[in-house]
Amino acid sequence: MNEPAATAATDVRPNLDATNRLHVGHDHDLLLLHEMLRIRRFEEKCAELYSAGKIRGFLHLYIGEEAVAVGAMQALGRDDAVVATYREHGHALARGIPADRLMAEMYGKHEGCSRGRGGSMHVFDAHTRFYGGNAIVGGGLPIAVGLALADKMQQKPRVTACFFGDGAVAEGEFHESLNLAALWKLPVLFLCENNLYAMGTRLERAQSQTDLAAKARSYLMPAEPVDGMDVLAVEAAARRAAAAVRRGEGPAFLEFRTYRFRAHSMFDAELYRDKSEVEVWKQRDPIATFISHLKEREETADAILGALNGSVADEIDVAVQFAEAGTWEPVDDLLKDVYSPRPGSDGAA
Amino acid sequence: MAKMATTTYREALRTALKEALVKDPRVFLMGEDVGQYGGSYAVSKGLLAEFGPERIRDTPLSESTFVGAGIGAALGGMRPIVELMTVNFSLLALDQIVNNAATIRHMSGGQFNIPLVIRMATGAGRQLAAQHAHSLEGWYAHIPGIRIVAPATLEDARGMLWTALEDPDPVLIFEHQTLYNMEGPLADDAGPVDIDHAAIRRSGKDLSLITYGGTLGKTLQAAETLAREGIDAEVIDLRSLRPLDMPAILESVKKTHRVVIVDEGWKSGSLSAEIIARIVESAFYDLDAPMARICSAEVPIPYPKHLEDAALPQPAAIVAAAREVVGRRG
Repeated sequence: MNEPAATAATDVRPNLDATNRLHVGHDHDLLLLHEMLRIRRFEEKCAELYSAGKIRGFLHLYIGEEAVAVGAMQALGRDDAVVATYREHGHALARGIPADRLMAEMYGKHEGCSRGRGGSMHVFDAHTRFYGGNAIVGGGLPIAVGLALADKMQQKPRVTACFFGDGAVAEGEFHESLNLAALWKLPVLFLCENNLYAMGTRLERAQSQTDLAAKARSYLMPAEPVDGMDVLAVEAAARRAAAAVRRGEGPAFLEFRTYRFRAHSMFDAELYRDKSEVEVWKQRDPIATFISHLKEREETADAILGALNGSVADEIDVAVQFAEAGTWEPVDDLLKDVYSPRPGSDGAA
Repeated sequence: MAKMATTTYREALRTALKEALVKDPRVFLMGEDVGQYGGSYAVSKGLLAEFGPERIRDTPLSESTFVGAGIGAALGGMRPIVELMTVNFSLLALDQIVNNAATIRHMSGGQFNIPLVIRMATGAGRQLAAQHAHSLEGWYAHIPGIRIVAPATLEDARGMLWTALEDPDPVLIFEHQTLYNMEGPLADDAGPVDIDHAAIRRSGKDLSLITYGGTLGKTLQAAETLAREGIDAEVIDLRSLRPLDMPAILESVKKTHRVVIVDEGWKSGSLSAEIIARIVESAFYDLDAPMARICSAEVPIPYPKHLEDAALPQPAAIVAAAREVVGRRG
């Protein structure tokens, strides 16, 4: 059967010497921590680069929600597919898209994983079956249903993991997609990241029923809420759900209760929430709590953390250097790939 | 010589669907009432019995999701044919078509392409009123990343589908609802046709009548009337609305120097406007007269027959416009 994605991901991710050493004797937990730290530091660097004008457009940070992508991704194998949202840097990294190619994409460089065409919100990668990066809220759900339909029709025992936020639950496509996936018993793992706000609109201001798992259950699929700030809880729930989906039992739904620590985007003045609320959630920071547990049971925790942090810092430095050294796609290629190349044409419009 | 057999546009479409389902195991059809009901225009009648529910899929009424699922299935290695009942209903799936189907290849840097075919009925003429009778294919032709075709003949109804399925990118096929019952001879070895080129349906030297889809018949009728008056009209069937076959259009303009465009879409911001603009850009000095357009009146298409007829392009109006353009007063 399928290996966990993290194992698969090591094949495509460079700079793993330090990590591989840390794996030994410290098992899977440290891998989870490492992945969460990679996302956190990558995005902190992105915020810095945004202020420096290196990254433009919209930038939506995942900081605070790292446990969801990292934990859920452990349930996927190399052949599975991922459909994500416009807040998808974490998913991309956890799925195994190399940090350097992702950073080059943030810059809009030709060496980026979408060749620089998409930027922060449109990360695509055929190698890891990462189908975006979708900036239309709810727009990815039908695509995930279709990917799963293709797998079922071709008798491929694969799972399509579909990430979306609580905002998408208000869209018609959420209901249409859950209905169709359940009706046709398609292998979709619906992963709802409930961070309580659809941009600036709090869940209670948008939903008559705020129990999101209840909505999914109404389509007769298994659904449960999960503490999205606890990476081990996320992983355990995702593995259970993915195994059932893979067995052909139809789709499953998980609601991860999480929180974004940063603004919605770099343009958000955060007028809709109280700073004290953010501070309360920060007490549950998935990385900080994981580290404090580690320290409680591991005498050499500081040394381990030092090595992990060092490895992550190196990886981010290398990624930034890669992006800086990247090239701009020639303007002559502007129209390339609007259509597929055909005889006598290069795919221009 | 191939034998000719009498068939209808609907049967030609069905034969094309059957051929595709037989030839390629990746092909399947999904949409509202395509299976047990047999298709709202009866195009897929009998296919469920022949190919089974895995490949002839009745969907819930959720256009956005089953079109999006078509995109996903195409990304996942299948060759889906999605049927939308009418172009008006396709608006519920506009997000998937415009934001995903049309963008993903370019936006992913060419990593993913979407070999998806979407078929839908378009146009007016059957008193179905303003939510089942519009001609919005010109809107879709505005969008880079998708191809738009409009079969107006039995040969094209029979032959465009397979070519569209072989195309690596999304192709939208617009079937005018008044054509389904059109009957005529079709060669029994008719098969796939190109979807790149316009066709000269009637050769002439005095003016070019440019049209497509449901108004081809009316335009040919007008051309016959004009012929009796000594006006020799060339009739161009665009066939592909995106990309437009501009070389074919310009060649005709350079021959006739006079143009009337017949389009069931509205004039404002339209395909007919686009064609005029391109002719002006490329062949202005070849023109001997201002170009004219016969399009639908700028109203939601009304229900009663006399008003619907008045709202749509009709042969008499095409004839009158042609006379004007060639400088003859009726």
